[in-house]
Amino acid sequence: MRSISFSAEASDTGPVLGTRGAQGRSRSSSRSTSKKRRRVPPKQRLKQLKQGSIAAAFLLPGIVLFTTFVLGPLLFSFRISFYDWNIIKSENSIWVGLENYARALGDPIFRRAVLNTAAYTLVTVPAQIVLGLAVAVLLNQAIRGKSVFRVLYYLPVITPWVIVSLIFEFIFLGQGGLANYFLRDILHVTDQNIRWLADPILTFVPIFLLGIWKGVGWTAIIALAGLQAIPREFHEASAVDGASAWARFRHITLPLMRPTLVFLTVVLTIGGFNAYISNLLITNGGDPLDKTHFILTLMYDASFTKLDFGYGAAISYLLMFFVLLMSIVQIQLLRRRVEL
Amino acid sequence: MIEGSPTRKRVSLGVTYSLLVLGVMIVTVPFWYMVATSLKPQAFVFEIPPRLWPSPATIGNYIEALTKESFSLYFLNSLIVASVATALTVGVSAMMAYAFARLEFPGKEVVFYSLLLGMMIPPVMLIIPQFIVAKNLNLLNSLTGLIVVYISMNLSVQTFLLRGFFEGIPRSLEEAALIDGAGRWTIFRRVALPLVRPGLAVVAIFTFLYAWDEFPWANVAIKETSKRTLPIGIALFQSAHLTEWGQVFAASIVAIVPVIIVFAVFQRYFIRGDVSSGMKG
Repeated sequence: MRSISFSAEASDTGPVLGTRGAQGRSRSSSRSTSKKRRRVPPKQRLKQLKQGSIAAAFLLPGIVLFTTFVLGPLLFSFRISFYDWNIIKSENSIWVGLENYARALGDPIFRRAVLNTAAYTLVTVPAQIVLGLAVAVLLNQAIRGKSVFRVLYYLPVITPWVIVSLIFEFIFLGQGGLANYFLRDILHVTDQNIRWLADPILTFVPIFLLGIWKGVGWTAIIALAGLQAIPREFHEASAVDGASAWARFRHITLPLMRPTLVFLTVVLTIGGFNAYISNLLITNGGDPLDKTHFILTLMYDASFTKLDFGYGAAISYLLMFFVLLMSIVQIQLLRRRVEL
Repeated sequence: MIEGSPTRKRVSLGVTYSLLVLGVMIVTVPFWYMVATSLKPQAFVFEIPPRLWPSPATIGNYIEALTKESFSLYFLNSLIVASVATALTVGVSAMMAYAFARLEFPGKEVVFYSLLLGMMIPPVMLIIPQFIVAKNLNLLNSLTGLIVVYISMNLSVQTFLLRGFFEGIPRSLEEAALIDGAGRWTIFRRVALPLVRPGLAVVAIFTFLYAWDEFPWANVAIKETSKRTLPIGIALFQSAHLTEWGQVFAASIVAIVPVIIVFAVFQRYFIRGDVSSGMKG
């Protein structure tokens, strides 16, 4: 999100690039530093040329890697998505046009996967934001041991996905799992073990909980930074005017936090649609009966289990399309109401 | 918080602490349970009621995991991959960022935009073509294949982050060196790089954790047992030995230790890195 607004500004300097014009210089530097300076106009072309080749040397390793492993693959994948791709002999691949896309959109397994992924995002994103904001508000007070709390809340964020997925799988085992013990023997809400991992709906309970549990720490740290940027005088002034804590939160904190909340919503939504490892490990990639896929586990299954690379590539492009569309819509919707 | 009588203040502070501690308990219980399970003999892993304090306790799972199950080899692989990928990412992205921040060249913004595109692509969607590219370059089943992809996947965001750091240092320092006749490379190495050290630290930490955590690419690129990294080793061990949770978690804890060390030492950079670049762990 920040990158988007940043690049929009950077585009201002586009037309004057390479000319070392005084105007372009002062404009581009006004963004990062307050220093504005006039520079001596360019002396010779030769110097420019030399700078160009120096720049090329600085950029070369990065450009080579980026083109080979990111940009090239991105375009390549687009091409593959129009073929019945042959992984052994790519010359033998057959052009099928939009068939892979049509097949995905008509496939009940794909639609189920989209629904599952959307549900995951719809549940985990608001939950992470509400809980993260709550933790941030609590941490934003004059309390002792703030950094200890911060480290502890951040622990799930930095723990590898594979490991936390296995922990949650273990806790939600049907036989001998901690969750069942807690529900049956301590809370007595059920008198027999719930088979979380064998049911196409219940298996999402550990996956959703894990998504929330792992993300709250990150959300809280970002929200805390947003809270700390709000001048204290705002709160003090309205407290003097007799506003309650809740009223202050509602009418001062929340509106001023809007940019942070937009940022969190967009980033977390993208993350939600890209959820992958927890589902792969907890459902074994779609069990039972391919009912529990997320978009990416289905893509993985199509490509690397069924070796249907064209179909997998089409799925990944559909995912990217969803994600871009949603980011744009969210930014538009949430930006509109920025007053203050 | 701001106003109110001392008693009210104390009550509200008490509520704050209780809520925070409750949250910490929810966050840490799964970790605790993992540690406890890793210390249980196999026969006690599924005992009812489940114990949060293992008795009898044993370190047998750790010995088993580290000796018989070649987790120490996976650990070494992870360490090599993460360290090399981190060092190279820092170097390569710093060079690019410096060029974007300080040098003028034709097509600068076009190149920068293409690079930013990399921040918006879901990483997993690149796996299919990356697999094909790596296959053609003979990079499958090798640690090098992991390293080059990890660097590439991090370039966009880290270059973007470091460009900001380089633009933040005053030009006058570099100009003085330029007048003294120093070349661009010398200025980059001796003047600019030392000044953006906090930025380099952020890049290093995030790349290391990313490479340590990465699963999807390693899962398709590595099929040879001896080249596995820890996430792959742990996941495959679990699916092959469905009930041996003690060993799974012993290996997991060994895998978490470096993460916790990195985090504990650098935690202030973490927070700064998050906020300035919006990366998500």
